[in-house]
Amino acid sequence: MLTNGIGRELPEYIEGIGQLKAYEEPFSIQPESRKFGPRLSRVTPQDKKLLASIEEAIVKCGLKDGMTISFHHHFREGDYIVNMVVDAIARLGIKAITLAPSSLNSIHAPIIEHIKNGTITKIETSGLRGPLADAISNGIMTYPVMIRSHGGRARAIEAGDLKIDVAFLGVPACDSYGNANGHSGKSFCGSLGYAKVDAQYADRVVLITDNIVPYPNVPASISQTDVDFIVKVEAIGDPRGIVSGATRYTKNPRELLIAKYASEVIKESGYLVDGFSMQCGTGGASLAVARSIKETMLEKGIKASFALGGITGQFVELLEEGLVDKLYDTQSFDLTAAKSIGSNPRHVEIDAGFYANPHNKGCAVNLLDIVILSALEIDTDFNVNVITGSDGVLRGASGGHCDTAAGSKLSIIVAPLIRGRIPTILDRVNAVITPGETIDVVVTDRGIAVNPRRKDLIERLSKTKLPIYTIEELKEKAEKITGKPQSVAYDDKIVAIVEYRDGTVIDVIRRVL
Amino acid sequence: MFKLRRTMMYVPGNNPSMVKDAHIFGADTVMFDLEDSVALNEKDAARLLVYNALKRLDYEGTEIAVRINGLDTPYGREDLEAIVRVRPHIIRLPKAETSKDVRDIEAIIEEIEAKEGIPVGSIQLMAAVESARGVLNAREIAAASKRLVGIAIGAEDFVTDMQTTRSLDGMELLAARSQVLLAARNAGIYALDTVFSDVNNEEGFINEVKHIKQLGFDGKSVINPRQIDVVHRIYTPTPQEIHRSERILKASEEAARKGSGVVSLDGKMVDKPIIERAQRVLSLATAAGTYELEGGEAIAY
Repeated sequence: MLTNGIGRELPEYIEGIGQLKAYEEPFSIQPESRKFGPRLSRVTPQDKKLLASIEEAIVKCGLKDGMTISFHHHFREGDYIVNMVVDAIARLGIKAITLAPSSLNSIHAPIIEHIKNGTITKIETSGLRGPLADAISNGIMTYPVMIRSHGGRARAIEAGDLKIDVAFLGVPACDSYGNANGHSGKSFCGSLGYAKVDAQYADRVVLITDNIVPYPNVPASISQTDVDFIVKVEAIGDPRGIVSGATRYTKNPRELLIAKYASEVIKESGYLVDGFSMQCGTGGASLAVARSIKETMLEKGIKASFALGGITGQFVELLEEGLVDKLYDTQSFDLTAAKSIGSNPRHVEIDAGFYANPHNKGCAVNLLDIVILSALEIDTDFNVNVITGSDGVLRGASGGHCDTAAGSKLSIIVAPLIRGRIPTILDRVNAVITPGETIDVVVTDRGIAVNPRRKDLIERLSKTKLPIYTIEELKEKAEKITGKPQSVAYDDKIVAIVEYRDGTVIDVIRRVL
Repeated sequence: MFKLRRTMMYVPGNNPSMVKDAHIFGADTVMFDLEDSVALNEKDAARLLVYNALKRLDYEGTEIAVRINGLDTPYGREDLEAIVRVRPHIIRLPKAETSKDVRDIEAIIEEIEAKEGIPVGSIQLMAAVESARGVLNAREIAAASKRLVGIAIGAEDFVTDMQTTRSLDGMELLAARSQVLLAARNAGIYALDTVFSDVNNEEGFINEVKHIKQLGFDGKSVINPRQIDVVHRIYTPTPQEIHRSERILKASEEAARKGSGVVSLDGKMVDKPIIERAQRVLSLATAAGTYELEGGEAIAY
């Protein structure tokens, strides 16, 4: 057994995965190797890229047993591509495939059948939800699932840790030579930030679209020089699941209260100065923080240099009102954001490597001042779980959580202190995605805790009237109401490995009993 | 320092999630309701929940009131039997019609206090008038007991009794609100205004709060935490008011130190009501976080 830098125990070796490298500290790994390069191709003037079917593309790419295929998750709960392609692979009788999408959602429940029939034997993803997540937590896979952050996945691909044989990338608009983008067509999704990495590093790239547009389709997120084949299908996704309508501000009093405290923390932190940068999640409290920050910006005449990450309509509004100068967008979360990226030159599409890969020459999160993040569980070491529920079952995504926490100057977790009858702050979280040493402040509806490492922030915030406690005090406050929760019972089988963004292992997730 | 009662937040007594941390939103008083917001088949569940919550949970100093069912219902007596034993700061009786309603409740509370060894008189009372008869008797009701700290108007039942409906400008309530205020001031107790039910009409709510503040009410009942900050903002004094009040109090302290009975400021005499008003202004400002009383306790956001 290994014990990593945050005291989690890991096996030294896992069958089908290999030796594990234990997490030490956020920036302790110095990479030694060179960037991975995809295979060279030859496309002659006579060659046509448009193929009749996904099956034909699979055959032409030479997909064989044991290979790795990848996808992006820009279509979220509306995605048809993963199920469509894996169905075709199964029909062709190809087995033991590693499924390596940027993330998986509830809509991918049909993958369970393909695990059972041997088509899929390994999975590498950022997130897992719904029936597939339940099945994996209950031990359906022989080999553990590899959980990576968005920056960590880009790193793994660029470093050659995750070698993609064929990338199947759904694109909302594409010409017949493979220039594609995400901001037009009936299935538009905005940014193609995750897909861009796969397109550049996969040995073979197949674009799947429901919207062929005249050549040349520029500006293109994915370039013709990276694309082998194109397949036109009836529909690549369900627009209702791809982009939600405008994300709306919450009316939930608890979320508003958390947002009020978080905004005060930001105002008093010293980071809210002209030219600052920030990233907010899509949760109710996060968005309410964004609104409150906007009021302060107007009041004080402050402007932000850029906003980063998953972009929502709220940030597009700030851009259009001139309160934010640029948007860096890896993933457009709603209709407004998806439309804006194609029309506003100051709304810039970035790929996941630019966003958060710690092993390139400087990713965007390094320049982030403030990030607001959510949590399913937090422990008294400030470690955060966003992947498993209080029952130990997979139900979330690593996303950019640990990337932005490590990169930003001020990382704030917003969460209710108690969910239903379950406390959010524990002695030990069920799974660690983000190490506590990268979390600065935890804001709940019943008080705020500052990481003791941040003496500067403690000093600043204790001068305010904000309800500041130690994290242990917050935990006790919750337990006075709920009692101490019983720990989840697991057996020895490891169902998922949580990789930190630098490629080390920060935790393993076991099968629930 | 004045006890502030700018907001009294209704919390249905049968909702565990809301009961467990109703105080975190910052209302001056939290009122657990056993009456109109609780369905008949949940009366005992609500009573038990509020009883246990008050017994076990720490409301961190927030003033707690419990609205019981009337003694003319099968639940009022049982509510008192349970709730008095866990000693909320205030018991609020609904639909008071006469001063006897107050005295009847008081007698039962006293009986239970005595039986349980609770200092007699420690639980305070608040009465709500919600009918034409109640409003007309407000003067006697407000003066009916030493335990009474406030009188409230309940508008929904009142307008029905008056054969009208509520409007945004509150014309139909003007006479009743004024009557309740006069009764409160005559008895030296707090006057609390009724709820504003359309939580999403923020503008209408703001107008109503400004209106009742100008009439002289000490505060308003709220039904959603989102309404709390709105009321508190409106009840927060301006910097000019704060500055003037500070000077008045300073002058008054100076006079007291010199043993002078007459307080004067800028050549004008300052009499007792002005000093009281100044104290009230600074209390409101302190609670709003815009002013800190010297040596006073810090109040959370």
